[in-house]
Amino acid sequence: MTDFSQAFGVAFQLLIRGDDALYEIIFLSLRVSLTATLIACVIGLPLGAALATLSFRGKWLLTVVTNTLMGMPPVVLGLILYMALSNAGPFGWLQLLYTPGAMILAQTLLIIPIVTALTRQIIDDNWLDYREQLHSLCVPRFAAIQTLLWDTRASLLTVAMAGFARAISEVGAVIVVGGNINHLTRVMTTAIALETSKGELALALALGMVLLLISLMINASVLSAKGHTSR
Amino acid sequence: MNTTATPARRNVQLPLQVRALSYQVQGRQLLSPLNLSIDSTGISIMLGPNGAGKSLLLRLLHGLLKPDSGSILWNQQSIGELSVRMQQSMVFQKPVLLRRSVAANIDYVLKLRNKASTQRRDELLHSAGLADKSAQPARSLSGGEQQRLAIARALATSPAVLFLDEPTASLDPEATSHIEHQVHQAARAGIKVIMVTHDLSQARRLAHDVIFMSYGTIAEHSSAGLFFSNPASVAGKTWLSSYLQPSQTNSPSHD
Repeated sequence: MTDFSQAFGVAFQLLIRGDDALYEIIFLSLRVSLTATLIACVIGLPLGAALATLSFRGKWLLTVVTNTLMGMPPVVLGLILYMALSNAGPFGWLQLLYTPGAMILAQTLLIIPIVTALTRQIIDDNWLDYREQLHSLCVPRFAAIQTLLWDTRASLLTVAMAGFARAISEVGAVIVVGGNINHLTRVMTTAIALETSKGELALALALGMVLLLISLMINASVLSAKGHTSR
Repeated sequence: MNTTATPARRNVQLPLQVRALSYQVQGRQLLSPLNLSIDSTGISIMLGPNGAGKSLLLRLLHGLLKPDSGSILWNQQSIGELSVRMQQSMVFQKPVLLRRSVAANIDYVLKLRNKASTQRRDELLHSAGLADKSAQPARSLSGGEQQRLAIARALATSPAVLFLDEPTASLDPEATSHIEHQVHQAARAGIKVIMVTHDLSQARRLAHDVIFMSYGTIAEHSSAGLFFSNPASVAGKTWLSSYLQPSQTNSPSHD
């Protein structure tokens, strides 16, 4: 109980005091996770819509694989990326390992299946209603996908939020490919892991509360925006 | 309300020619081989009991479904050709409106056909009695208003043929009257209207000719006057006298 009561005080002090190290970690966390979410949405939204509306060989298999990859353990993905990005790996020449770039890549790959699978389901449900109408209006398939993405934007915002939540709360992949290097690749989750291992439970818990507070603010903003777009 | 339905493209020469058309699902024959010719003008009404195949035939005529056999020709051109389908529009029983404003629903179609015009959009909305609701979200309209918007949107494609699948089902008399006014306007502007309805009095008000369907076949196709005064088919007579033949209410529904 002491840790819990201390944690609130420490979290409050950290935020009020304007601790530079903390804000550096917060900004890096946001930069990495928001960038990963943006890239995953740019790839996953049209991919999910295409999966829902197009007919092609292997569609069923691709859907199953996408759904399965939603459950990819982050640490496994981190390990695969580590092997690929290390000097001995095929992408070692990129020199990405232990950089924020590698962390963005890891989180992007982690949430693309989530964005794609959830988008596919939402578009598929709406496609049942829209298909005949859009077909009747002779809307080309690409334009039909654009129409569906726009018309389901409120639901897709939730998908983006689910992706962001997965990214910002992830620790396994970023700690492997980022290395948790102070002032370079340390983010909220890796900092929490570090403080926990050092026995600084109150500080770790405080960082967790700050992380939750950030998520709360972002979700509130998105929910507010969603209210304007839902009709 | 003004007449805003753009005069249909006159280069489309009907009649519609349907030859030996049939449709089946999982071995079940929903439409028996049927033949049909429809004139290029006026309002053709499809009548018949539930499950007779009216909505199914409408979808086949519009090219939303592919028949198992037979042919559908508009102006000697197959329904499968995009140029033919671009000259047709359809309004469904449950309108599917885009999740955007009333005006944006019309703009969407005008832009799609490279005919974006605020004047044309305003004309269509005025005709539908929705000019004062152009900024409202389309899905916040009442059922009748939504259907009027759906018809206005269909007319935005400047169709030669307008298919209507029970557009007034579950609407109140006032909303029904608005829709019928739009249908009349469209027909007067030279658009061929082919409409499914279960409302006998509506059919009497609108029909120039009646296609009466029963058990997946066309039992009768005759002028409205003839059909309502002295139907040629037994099925038509029975249906008119009882409005709904009890023995057919149990037949599988694919309307």
